[in-house]
Amino acid sequence: MAPTTTSATGTTQTMVLNMGPQHPSTHGVLRVVLELDGETVVSARSEIGYLHTGIEKSCEALTYSQAITLTDRIDYLAPLSNNLGYCLAVEKLLQITVPKRAQYIRVLLTEMTRIASHLVWLGTHAMDLGATSVMLYCFREREEILKIFEMVSGQRMMTSYFRVGGLALEPPPRWLDRVSSFLEAFPSRLDEYEELLTNNRIWRLRTQGVGVLDPQDAIALGVSGPALRASGVSYDVRKWFPYSSYEEFEFDVPTSTESDCYARYIVRLGEMRESLKIVRQAVPKVPSTGPIRTEAPGIVPPQREKMKTEMEALIYHFKIFTEGFSPPAGQVYQRIESPRGELGFFVVSDGSPKPYRVHVRAPSFVNLQALPKLAEGRLVADLIACIGTIDIVLGEVDR
Amino acid sequence: MTEARVGGQEGTGQEEIGQETWSQRLREWNPAAISEVVEFRGELTVTVGQEYLREVAEHLRTDPSLAFDFLSDVCAVDRFPMEPRFELNYHLLSLANRQRLCMQVRVRGGVHPVVGTVTPVWPTANWHEREIFDLFGLRFEGHPDLRRILMPEDWEGYPLRKDYPVEGFR
Repeated sequence: MAPTTTSATGTTQTMVLNMGPQHPSTHGVLRVVLELDGETVVSARSEIGYLHTGIEKSCEALTYSQAITLTDRIDYLAPLSNNLGYCLAVEKLLQITVPKRAQYIRVLLTEMTRIASHLVWLGTHAMDLGATSVMLYCFREREEILKIFEMVSGQRMMTSYFRVGGLALEPPPRWLDRVSSFLEAFPSRLDEYEELLTNNRIWRLRTQGVGVLDPQDAIALGVSGPALRASGVSYDVRKWFPYSSYEEFEFDVPTSTESDCYARYIVRLGEMRESLKIVRQAVPKVPSTGPIRTEAPGIVPPQREKMKTEMEALIYHFKIFTEGFSPPAGQVYQRIESPRGELGFFVVSDGSPKPYRVHVRAPSFVNLQALPKLAEGRLVADLIACIGTIDIVLGEVDR
Repeated sequence: MTEARVGGQEGTGQEEIGQETWSQRLREWNPAAISEVVEFRGELTVTVGQEYLREVAEHLRTDPSLAFDFLSDVCAVDRFPMEPRFELNYHLLSLANRQRLCMQVRVRGGVHPVVGTVTPVWPTANWHEREIFDLFGLRFEGHPDLRRILMPEDWEGYPLRKDYPVEGFR
């Protein structure tokens, strides 16, 4: 790094440096244009859009059911949360309710998604700050979760498992045993990470007092999720506007008032424990049999068995997959708590089988706006910690 | 840090304010500004005249009985070929009162409409408005940094408009 140069007139010259888009600690293709005074960040401007794939536009050309597959690709570390947000929005438009069994399975799987997503965050964030071994442990545990997803939906990542009106498939027998064995093994693993990091002197020096975000600033900038809660604001959509039977589960919302990178780390670790709590309650709640899809002729595909015996079922099946279904005209905004914050799906219907407009309120996109607030006036090395604790997924930022 | 109470953690002792009540309060405050109030699927949408946007936004944020301090999202909808063609939906949240509201503005002005910015009221609107400028071509008057955000700087056209083909112009 070039030292601060002082010109003949005595004014300080700053240097402009591009960090990214190809930089390992920008978690994808984020480009930050840094203005540096020596090693101090004078200004940090995020340049995004490298991963823009026009998902919102593509949704307008697909039927409501087809668009579900695109939602997986928005936030590829939490595909099930995105599936859920979109399906809930369309279900709200259609005014259909999902059977309790499907709701509990949805809660169980989205909480597993939260753990998996936070594990990737922890692993990559720790690696950015030099603790490489944590990453290997985190990915080992995440693998177990992905195997459960694969068992249930047939896919490790792009699950598309939640459908309008319920679930895509009947989960395989004994899948809950696998969840239970994960539940048994994971708490001690979590303690292991804490042992590696929480009281680690280097870790604390790198994160404590770094990237402080005042609650007022956080609210003004629309920051949500763990980053907001680490600033002392306990806004959690699961508690405030419960969806998918979250009100039946007991859990706490971890918050902190330190507002720095360390606080965000503590809050996310706490969230993993709370998610475990929810999953632990969900396992006995999920009935072993029962419908996984609601009865809504013309909207939800009929059961395979019925199609073989009932004429109407066959006709509905054909119509659903050729034309799609047409919700009444109107607009809904459905917010859920994704691992990164408030994930909102704004769906506008004009009464046709294709959505007129689908807009995604991506928490990473909004949270990334806070980066200059966190990093300006600090060292480049602290910027890495700040990007890490915002926990961005560029697929979601750019959509 | 002393601001741990911003979110109203307790969740008790809050009077349940019916949605009708505030739409009425808004109307009483300025009957001319509110042109329509719609409730659909339990969500209240208040349509505000374009010229009152900034005024209403400030009122919604600062009035203690409303206190919509958290702007979740700004989303544009293109109603081509209708006029007014564009709709802006501001999804608001009151962290103090645990309430939500959608403020809608219909934007006149043909192909190159201009609308006032709400960035001074809710700084988070900055990137949302840039995104709408980028993808819909709405200009936000008074925006501090109105540049394309997702598309390349030299991109022609506004991809999310309804008269823009899905596969693009070739």
